[in-house]
Amino acid sequence: VRVAFPAAGNDLDAPLDSRFGRSPWFLVYELESDSFVLVDNRQNANAAQGAGVEAAQAIVQAGAEALIAGRCGPKAFHVLSAAGVTVHTSDALTVRAALEAFRGGKLPILSEPNAAAHPA
Amino acid sequence: MIVAIASGKGGTGKTTLAVNLARLLAPGVRLLDCDVEEPNAHLFLPAATGAREVVTVPVPEIDPERCDGCGECARFCSFNALAALGDRVLVVPELCHGCGGCRRVCPQRAIRETGRRIGVIQSSTADGIHLVQGRLDVGVATVPPLIHRVRERSGGDGLTIVDAPPGTSCAMVAAVGGADFVVLVTEPTAFGLHDLELAVATVETLDVPCGVVVNRTGHGDGRVERFCRERGLPILLRVPEDRRVAAACSRGELPVDVVAGYADRLRPLARAIAAGLLPAAAEA
Repeated sequence: VRVAFPAAGNDLDAPLDSRFGRSPWFLVYELESDSFVLVDNRQNANAAQGAGVEAAQAIVQAGAEALIAGRCGPKAFHVLSAAGVTVHTSDALTVRAALEAFRGGKLPILSEPNAAAHPA
Repeated sequence: MIVAIASGKGGTGKTTLAVNLARLLAPGVRLLDCDVEEPNAHLFLPAATGAREVVTVPVPEIDPERCDGCGECARFCSFNALAALGDRVLVVPELCHGCGGCRRVCPQRAIRETGRRIGVIQSSTADGIHLVQGRLDVGVATVPPLIHRVRERSGGDGLTIVDAPPGTSCAMVAAVGGADFVVLVTEPTAFGLHDLELAVATVETLDVPCGVVVNRTGHGDGRVERFCRERGLPILLRVPEDRRVAAACSRGELPVDVVAGYADRLRPLARAIAAGLLPAAAEA
Protein backbone atom coordinates (compact mmCIF):
# COMPACT_ATOMS: atom_id res chain seq x y z
CA VAL A 1 0.00 0.00 0.00
CA ARG A 2 1.31 3.42 -0.97
CA VAL A 3 0.48 6.48 1.09
CA ALA A 4 1.08 10.07 -0.09
CA PHE A 5 2.15 12.92 2.18
CA PRO A 6 2.33 16.60 1.15
CA ALA A 7 5.80 17.58 2.30
CA ALA A 8 7.64 20.86 2.64
CA GLY A 9 10.94 19.02 2.16
CA ASN A 10 12.29 15.82 0.66
CA ASP A 11 12.71 13.37 3.53
CA LEU A 12 10.73 11.75 6.34
CA ASP A 13 11.59 14.51 8.77
CA ALA A 14 10.23 17.20 6.46
CA PRO A 15 7.30 19.23 7.78
CA LEU A 16 3.91 17.87 6.71
CA ASP A 17 2.54 20.63 4.46
CA SER A 18 -0.97 21.60 5.51
CA ARG A 19 -1.75 22.60 1.92
CA PHE A 20 -2.35 19.83 -0.57
CA GLY A 21 -2.30 21.19 -4.13
CA ARG A 22 0.40 23.76 -3.53
CA SER A 23 2.72 21.60 -1.46
CA PRO A 24 6.18 21.53 -3.10
CA TRP A 25 6.71 17.75 -2.72
CA PHE A 26 4.74 14.58 -2.27
CA LEU A 27 6.42 11.82 -0.38
CA VAL A 28 4.83 8.54 -1.49
CA TYR A 29 5.63 5.87 1.08
CA GLU A 30 5.27 2.14 0.45
CA LEU A 31 4.37 0.43 3.72
CA GLU A 32 5.47 -3.09 2.71
CA SER A 33 8.98 -2.16 1.60
CA ASP A 34 9.50 0.76 3.98
CA SER A 35 10.71 2.91 1.13
CA PHE A 36 9.48 6.06 -0.51
CA VAL A 37 9.63 8.02 -3.75
CA LEU A 38 9.33 11.78 -4.14
CA VAL A 39 6.96 13.49 -6.56
CA ASP A 40 8.09 16.99 -7.50
CA ASN A 41 5.08 19.31 -7.34
CA ARG A 42 7.01 22.59 -7.38
CA GLN A 43 5.89 23.68 -10.83
CA ASN A 44 2.25 22.84 -10.18
CA ALA A 45 2.44 24.62 -6.81
CA ASN A 46 2.48 27.88 -8.75
CA ALA A 47 -0.36 27.00 -11.13
CA ALA A 48 -2.83 29.82 -11.75
CA GLN A 49 -5.71 27.47 -11.07
CA GLY A 50 -6.50 23.80 -10.60
CA ALA A 51 -3.40 22.99 -8.52
CA GLY A 52 -5.48 20.58 -6.44
CA VAL A 53 -6.72 18.71 -9.52
CA GLU A 54 -3.22 18.39 -10.95
CA ALA A 55 -1.81 17.30 -7.59
CA ALA A 56 -4.55 14.69 -7.18
CA GLN A 57 -3.73 13.35 -10.63
CA ALA A 58 -0.05 13.10 -9.70
CA ILE A 59 -0.90 11.20 -6.50
CA VAL A 60 -3.07 8.76 -8.43
CA GLN A 61 -0.42 8.26 -11.10
CA ALA A 62 2.15 7.53 -8.37
CA GLY A 63 -0.04 4.62 -7.29
CA ALA A 64 -1.09 6.03 -3.92
CA GLU A 65 -4.18 4.53 -2.30
CA ALA A 66 -4.29 6.99 0.58
CA LEU A 67 -3.44 10.65 1.07
CA ILE A 68 -2.62 12.23 4.40
CA ALA A 69 -3.46 15.92 4.27
CA GLY A 70 -4.16 18.83 6.54
CA ARG A 71 -6.74 20.24 4.16
CA CYS A 72 -8.32 19.04 0.93
CA GLY A 73 -10.61 21.17 -1.22
CA PRO A 74 -13.65 20.02 -3.21
CA LYS A 75 -12.10 19.65 -6.68
CA ALA A 76 -9.10 17.66 -5.47
CA PHE A 77 -11.40 15.57 -3.26
CA HIS A 78 -13.62 14.86 -6.25
CA VAL A 79 -10.68 13.55 -8.29
CA LEU A 80 -9.25 11.51 -5.41
CA SER A 81 -12.64 9.97 -4.62
CA ALA A 82 -13.18 9.06 -8.26
CA ALA A 83 -9.84 7.25 -8.24
CA GLY A 84 -10.59 5.46 -4.97
CA VAL A 85 -7.92 7.26 -2.94
CA THR A 86 -8.94 7.71 0.69
CA VAL A 87 -8.08 11.02 2.32
CA HIS A 88 -7.02 11.07 5.96
CA THR A 89 -6.46 14.19 8.01
CA SER A 90 -3.51 14.79 10.25
CA ASP A 91 -2.16 17.77 12.13
CA ALA A 92 1.19 16.05 12.70
CA LEU A 93 4.21 18.29 12.34
CA THR A 94 6.36 15.95 10.27
CA VAL A 95 5.83 13.28 7.65
CA ARG A 96 7.36 10.71 10.01
CA ALA A 97 4.90 11.55 12.79
CA ALA A 98 1.97 11.42 10.38
CA LEU A 99 3.18 8.05 9.04
CA GLU A 100 3.37 6.60 12.54
CA ALA A 101 -0.11 7.88 13.35
CA PHE A 102 -1.41 6.37 10.11
CA ARG A 103 0.18 3.01 10.88
CA GLY A 104 -1.42 3.11 14.29
CA GLY A 105 -4.83 3.59 12.64
CA LYS A 106 -5.22 6.95 14.33
CA LEU A 107 -5.95 9.16 11.34
CA PRO A 108 -9.65 9.72 10.58
CA ILE A 109 -10.90 9.30 7.02
CA LEU A 110 -12.26 12.47 5.47
CA SER A 111 -15.77 11.91 4.11
CA GLU A 112 -16.07 15.31 2.44
CA PRO A 113 -13.77 18.23 1.53
CA ASN A 114 -12.56 20.21 4.54
CA ALA A 115 -11.39 23.34 2.71
CA ALA A 116 -13.18 25.84 0.51
CA ALA A 117 -12.74 25.96 -3.25
CA HIS A 118 -10.20 28.43 -4.46
CA PRO A 119 -11.51 30.68 -7.23
CA ALA A 120 -9.92 30.12 -10.61
CA MET B 1 -14.26 52.69 -33.26
CA ILE B 2 -13.99 51.02 -29.87
CA VAL B 3 -12.96 53.10 -26.89
CA ALA B 4 -12.41 51.19 -23.65
CA ILE B 5 -12.62 52.90 -20.28
CA ALA B 6 -10.30 51.10 -17.87
CA SER B 7 -8.19 51.67 -14.77
CA GLY B 8 -5.85 49.79 -12.55
CA LYS B 9 -7.45 50.84 -9.32
CA GLY B 10 -11.12 50.21 -8.70
CA GLY B 11 -13.45 53.03 -7.78
CA THR B 12 -11.72 55.71 -9.85
CA GLY B 13 -14.84 56.50 -11.88
CA LYS B 14 -14.76 54.24 -14.94
CA THR B 15 -18.47 53.61 -15.03
CA THR B 16 -19.29 57.23 -14.22
CA LEU B 17 -17.12 58.38 -17.13
CA ALA B 18 -18.40 55.66 -19.47
CA VAL B 19 -22.11 56.35 -18.98
CA ASN B 20 -21.71 60.12 -19.03
CA LEU B 21 -19.64 59.96 -22.23
CA ALA B 22 -22.26 57.66 -23.76
CA ARG B 23 -24.94 60.21 -22.87
CA LEU B 24 -22.99 62.98 -24.60
CA LEU B 25 -22.32 60.78 -27.63
CA ALA B 26 -25.94 59.59 -28.03
CA PRO B 27 -27.77 58.87 -30.20
CA GLY B 28 -26.12 56.01 -32.03
CA VAL B 29 -23.62 54.92 -29.41
CA ARG B 30 -23.11 51.48 -27.92
CA LEU B 31 -22.14 51.00 -24.33
CA LEU B 32 -20.75 47.57 -23.45
CA ASP B 33 -20.71 46.86 -19.73
CA CYS B 34 -17.83 44.37 -19.54
CA ASP B 35 -17.55 44.51 -15.75
CA VAL B 36 -19.45 41.23 -15.79
CA GLU B 37 -18.80 40.34 -12.15
CA GLU B 38 -20.59 43.46 -11.02
CA PRO B 39 -22.25 45.24 -13.95
CA ASN B 40 -23.75 48.57 -12.94
CA ALA B 41 -23.94 50.90 -15.95
CA HIS B 42 -27.67 50.14 -16.25
CA LEU B 43 -28.31 51.83 -12.91
CA PHE B 44 -27.71 55.19 -14.58
CA LEU B 45 -29.82 54.58 -17.67
CA PRO B 46 -33.60 54.39 -18.09
CA ALA B 47 -35.03 50.92 -17.59
CA ALA B 48 -35.81 49.30 -20.92
CA THR B 49 -36.90 45.84 -21.90
CA GLY B 50 -34.65 44.10 -24.34
CA ALA B 51 -33.16 40.82 -25.41
CA ARG B 52 -31.55 38.32 -23.09
CA GLU B 53 -29.17 35.62 -24.23
CA VAL B 54 -27.77 32.80 -22.14
CA VAL B 55 -24.03 32.37 -22.63
CA THR B 56 -22.38 28.98 -22.38
CA VAL B 57 -18.83 27.76 -22.79
CA PRO B 58 -18.10 24.43 -24.42
CA VAL B 59 -16.81 21.90 -21.87
CA PRO B 60 -15.52 18.44 -22.68
CA GLU B 61 -17.58 15.32 -22.19
CA ILE B 62 -15.67 12.08 -22.43
CA ASP B 63 -16.99 8.94 -24.09
CA PRO B 64 -15.80 6.19 -21.74
CA GLU B 65 -16.15 3.62 -24.54
CA ARG B 66 -13.58 5.38 -26.67
CA CYS B 67 -11.27 6.90 -24.03
CA ASP B 68 -8.21 4.74 -23.35
CA GLY B 69 -6.91 7.05 -20.61
CA CYS B 70 -3.84 8.15 -22.54
CA GLY B 71 -3.98 11.57 -20.85
CA GLU B 72 -3.12 13.71 -23.91
CA CYS B 73 -6.05 15.98 -23.08
CA ALA B 74 -4.95 16.48 -19.46
CA ARG B 75 -1.39 17.26 -20.56
CA PHE B 76 -2.70 19.81 -23.05
CA CYS B 77 -5.03 21.64 -20.66
CA SER B 78 -3.36 24.72 -19.14
CA PHE B 79 -6.21 25.15 -16.69
CA ASN B 80 -6.04 21.69 -15.05
CA ALA B 81 -9.65 21.02 -16.01
CA LEU B 82 -8.88 17.38 -16.87
CA ALA B 83 -7.34 14.72 -14.65
CA ALA B 84 -5.97 11.53 -16.20
CA LEU B 85 -6.47 8.69 -13.74
CA GLY B 86 -4.80 5.84 -15.57
CA ASP B 87 -7.74 4.07 -17.13
CA ARG B 88 -9.94 7.13 -17.57
CA VAL B 89 -10.13 10.90 -17.54
CA LEU B 90 -12.15 13.09 -15.20
CA VAL B 91 -13.48 16.51 -16.19
CA VAL B 92 -13.63 19.41 -13.73
CA PRO B 93 -15.99 21.69 -15.68
CA GLU B 94 -15.66 24.75 -13.46
CA LEU B 95 -11.98 25.05 -14.38
CA CYS B 96 -12.61 24.78 -18.15
CA HIS B 97 -12.21 27.93 -20.25
CA GLY B 98 -13.78 26.34 -23.31
CA CYS B 99 -10.82 26.53 -25.69
CA GLY B 100 -11.65 23.20 -27.34
CA GLY B 101 -8.02 22.06 -27.35
CA CYS B 102 -8.65 18.74 -25.56
CA ARG B 103 -11.08 17.67 -28.25
CA ARG B 104 -8.55 18.43 -30.96
CA VAL B 105 -5.63 16.58 -29.36
CA CYS B 106 -7.59 13.45 -28.38
CA PRO B 107 -6.19 10.59 -30.52
CA GLN B 108 -9.27 8.44 -29.80
CA ARG B 109 -11.80 11.13 -30.73
CA ALA B 110 -13.42 10.40 -27.39
CA ILE B 111 -14.28 14.00 -26.50
CA ARG B 112 -17.37 15.90 -27.49
CA GLU B 113 -18.43 19.26 -26.13
CA THR B 114 -21.46 20.27 -24.15
CA GLY B 115 -22.43 23.77 -23.06
CA ARG B 116 -21.92 24.96 -19.51
CA ARG B 117 -23.84 28.11 -18.63
CA ILE B 118 -21.66 30.94 -17.29
CA GLY B 119 -23.94 33.97 -17.49
CA VAL B 120 -26.24 36.10 -19.60
CA ILE B 121 -26.00 39.04 -21.96
CA GLN B 122 -28.79 41.60 -21.79
CA SER B 123 -29.21 44.30 -24.40
CA SER B 124 -31.61 47.18 -24.61
CA THR B 125 -31.84 50.65 -26.11
CA ALA B 126 -32.98 53.82 -24.36
CA ASP B 127 -32.37 57.50 -25.08
CA GLY B 128 -30.16 56.66 -28.04
CA ILE B 129 -27.79 54.45 -26.04
CA HIS B 130 -27.65 50.77 -26.91
CA LEU B 131 -26.56 49.07 -23.70
CA VAL B 132 -25.10 45.57 -23.79
CA GLN B 133 -24.47 44.10 -20.37
CA GLY B 134 -22.69 40.88 -19.47
CA ARG B 135 -23.75 39.34 -16.17
CA LEU B 136 -21.74 36.42 -14.82
CA ASP B 137 -23.61 33.78 -12.85
CA VAL B 138 -22.86 33.68 -9.12
CA GLY B 139 -20.10 31.18 -8.37
CA VAL B 140 -18.65 31.14 -11.88
CA ALA B 141 -14.95 32.01 -12.07
CA THR B 142 -14.28 31.86 -15.82
CA VAL B 143 -14.73 35.53 -16.63
CA PRO B 144 -12.97 36.18 -19.98
CA PRO B 145 -15.22 33.99 -22.16
CA LEU B 146 -18.28 36.06 -21.20
CA ILE B 147 -16.43 39.34 -21.74
CA HIS B 148 -15.32 38.18 -25.19
CA ARG B 149 -18.95 37.47 -26.03
CA VAL B 150 -19.99 40.95 -24.90
CA ARG B 151 -17.15 42.48 -26.92
CA GLU B 152 -18.48 40.70 -30.03
CA ARG B 153 -21.44 43.07 -29.78
CA SER B 154 -19.30 46.08 -30.71
CA GLY B 155 -20.97 48.28 -33.24
CA GLY B 156 -18.95 47.70 -36.41
CA ASP B 157 -18.47 51.11 -38.00
CA GLY B 158 -20.33 52.84 -35.18
CA LEU B 159 -18.97 54.09 -31.90
CA THR B 160 -18.63 51.68 -28.99
CA ILE B 161 -17.73 52.58 -25.41
CA VAL B 162 -16.49 49.68 -23.28
CA ASP B 163 -16.75 49.86 -19.50
CA ALA B 164 -13.92 47.53 -18.43
CA PRO B 165 -13.51 45.74 -15.10
CA PRO B 166 -10.91 47.15 -12.69
CA GLY B 167 -7.47 45.68 -12.27
CA THR B 168 -5.04 44.30 -14.83
CA SER B 169 -6.02 40.64 -14.77
CA CYS B 170 -7.40 38.43 -17.55
CA ALA B 171 -10.81 40.11 -17.26
CA MET B 172 -9.41 43.58 -17.95
CA VAL B 173 -7.27 42.23 -20.80
CA ALA B 174 -10.34 40.58 -22.35
CA ALA B 175 -12.29 43.85 -22.18
CA VAL B 176 -9.50 46.09 -23.47
CA GLY B 177 -7.67 43.92 -26.01
CA GLY B 178 -8.31 44.91 -29.61
CA ALA B 179 -9.84 48.28 -28.70
CA ASP B 180 -8.82 51.30 -30.78
CA PHE B 181 -8.06 53.37 -27.72
CA VAL B 182 -8.02 52.96 -23.94
CA VAL B 183 -8.93 55.74 -21.55
CA LEU B 184 -7.29 55.02 -18.19
CA VAL B 185 -9.14 56.66 -15.33
CA THR B 186 -7.11 57.35 -12.21
CA GLU B 187 -7.03 59.59 -9.17
CA PRO B 188 -4.15 61.79 -7.97
CA THR B 189 -3.09 59.56 -5.09
CA ALA B 190 -0.37 57.02 -4.32
CA PHE B 191 -2.81 54.16 -4.92
CA GLY B 192 -4.01 55.78 -8.11
CA LEU B 193 -0.47 56.07 -9.43
CA HIS B 194 0.57 52.57 -8.41
CA ASP B 195 -2.29 50.93 -10.25
CA LEU B 196 -2.05 53.34 -13.18
CA GLU B 197 1.53 52.18 -13.72
CA LEU B 198 0.33 48.57 -13.87
CA ALA B 199 -2.50 49.49 -16.23
CA VAL B 200 -0.20 51.43 -18.57
CA ALA B 201 2.22 48.48 -18.71
CA THR B 202 -0.66 46.12 -19.50
CA VAL B 203 -2.10 48.33 -22.21
CA GLU B 204 1.34 48.78 -23.77
CA THR B 205 1.73 45.00 -23.90
CA LEU B 206 -1.62 44.83 -25.69
CA ASP B 207 -0.36 47.47 -28.12
CA VAL B 208 -3.41 49.69 -27.69
CA PRO B 209 -2.87 53.47 -27.53
CA CYS B 210 -3.99 55.09 -24.29
CA GLY B 211 -4.56 58.38 -22.54
CA VAL B 212 -5.31 59.29 -18.95
CA VAL B 213 -8.26 60.92 -17.23
CA VAL B 214 -7.39 62.23 -13.77
CA ASN B 215 -10.59 62.11 -11.78
CA ARG B 216 -11.35 63.91 -8.53
CA THR B 217 -8.48 66.36 -8.75
CA GLY B 218 -7.99 68.77 -5.88
CA HIS B 219 -6.92 66.19 -3.36
CA GLY B 220 -3.85 63.98 -3.35
CA ASP B 221 -0.71 65.33 -4.95
CA GLY B 222 1.10 65.80 -8.26
CA ARG B 223 2.67 62.37 -8.68
CA VAL B 224 0.21 61.13 -11.32
CA GLU B 225 0.73 64.28 -13.37
CA ARG B 226 4.50 63.84 -13.10
CA PHE B 227 4.32 60.19 -14.17
CA CYS B 228 2.20 61.06 -17.21
CA ARG B 229 4.60 63.85 -18.18
CA GLU B 230 7.65 61.60 -17.87
CA ARG B 231 6.04 58.79 -19.83
CA GLY B 232 4.58 61.04 -22.53
CA LEU B 233 1.05 59.94 -21.68
CA PRO B 234 -1.56 62.48 -22.74
CA ILE B 235 -3.86 63.67 -19.97
CA LEU B 236 -7.18 63.82 -21.78
CA LEU B 237 -9.20 65.34 -18.99
CA ARG B 238 -9.02 66.52 -15.39
CA VAL B 239 -12.25 66.31 -13.41
CA PRO B 240 -12.28 68.13 -10.07
CA GLU B 241 -13.59 66.50 -6.91
CA ASP B 242 -17.23 67.58 -6.61
CA ARG B 243 -19.62 66.37 -3.94
CA ARG B 244 -22.58 67.06 -6.27
CA VAL B 245 -21.28 64.38 -8.68
CA ALA B 246 -21.20 61.81 -5.89
CA ALA B 247 -24.68 62.84 -4.77
CA ALA B 248 -26.08 62.53 -8.30
CA CYS B 249 -24.51 59.09 -8.76
CA SER B 250 -25.94 57.92 -5.43
CA ARG B 251 -29.40 58.79 -6.77
CA GLY B 252 -28.75 56.98 -10.05
CA GLU B 253 -28.71 60.26 -11.95
CA LEU B 254 -26.20 61.22 -14.60
CA PRO B 255 -23.98 64.13 -13.57
CA VAL B 256 -24.01 65.44 -17.16
CA ASP B 257 -27.78 65.89 -16.74
CA VAL B 258 -27.96 67.37 -13.27
CA VAL B 259 -24.61 68.87 -12.23
CA ALA B 260 -24.02 72.33 -13.70
CA GLY B 261 -20.79 72.51 -15.68
CA TYR B 262 -20.08 68.78 -15.69
CA ALA B 263 -21.22 68.24 -19.27
CA ASP B 264 -19.08 71.14 -20.46
CA ARG B 265 -16.08 69.58 -18.77
CA LEU B 266 -16.57 66.19 -20.47
CA ARG B 267 -17.61 67.51 -23.89
CA PRO B 268 -14.10 68.05 -25.34
CA LEU B 269 -13.27 64.41 -24.69
CA ALA B 270 -16.61 63.30 -26.15
CA ARG B 271 -15.93 65.40 -29.26
CA ALA B 272 -12.44 63.94 -29.64
CA ILE B 273 -13.88 60.43 -29.40
CA ALA B 274 -16.64 61.21 -31.90
CA ALA B 275 -14.11 62.70 -34.31
CA GLY B 276 -11.75 59.73 -33.92
CA LEU B 277 -8.94 61.99 -32.77
CA LEU B 278 -7.84 60.05 -29.69
CA PRO B 279 -5.06 57.91 -31.17
CA ALA B 280 -3.38 61.05 -32.52
CA ALA B 281 -3.42 62.46 -29.00
CA ALA B 282 -1.61 59.38 -27.74
CA GLU B 283 1.32 59.99 -30.04
CA ALA B 284 1.66 63.62 -29.01
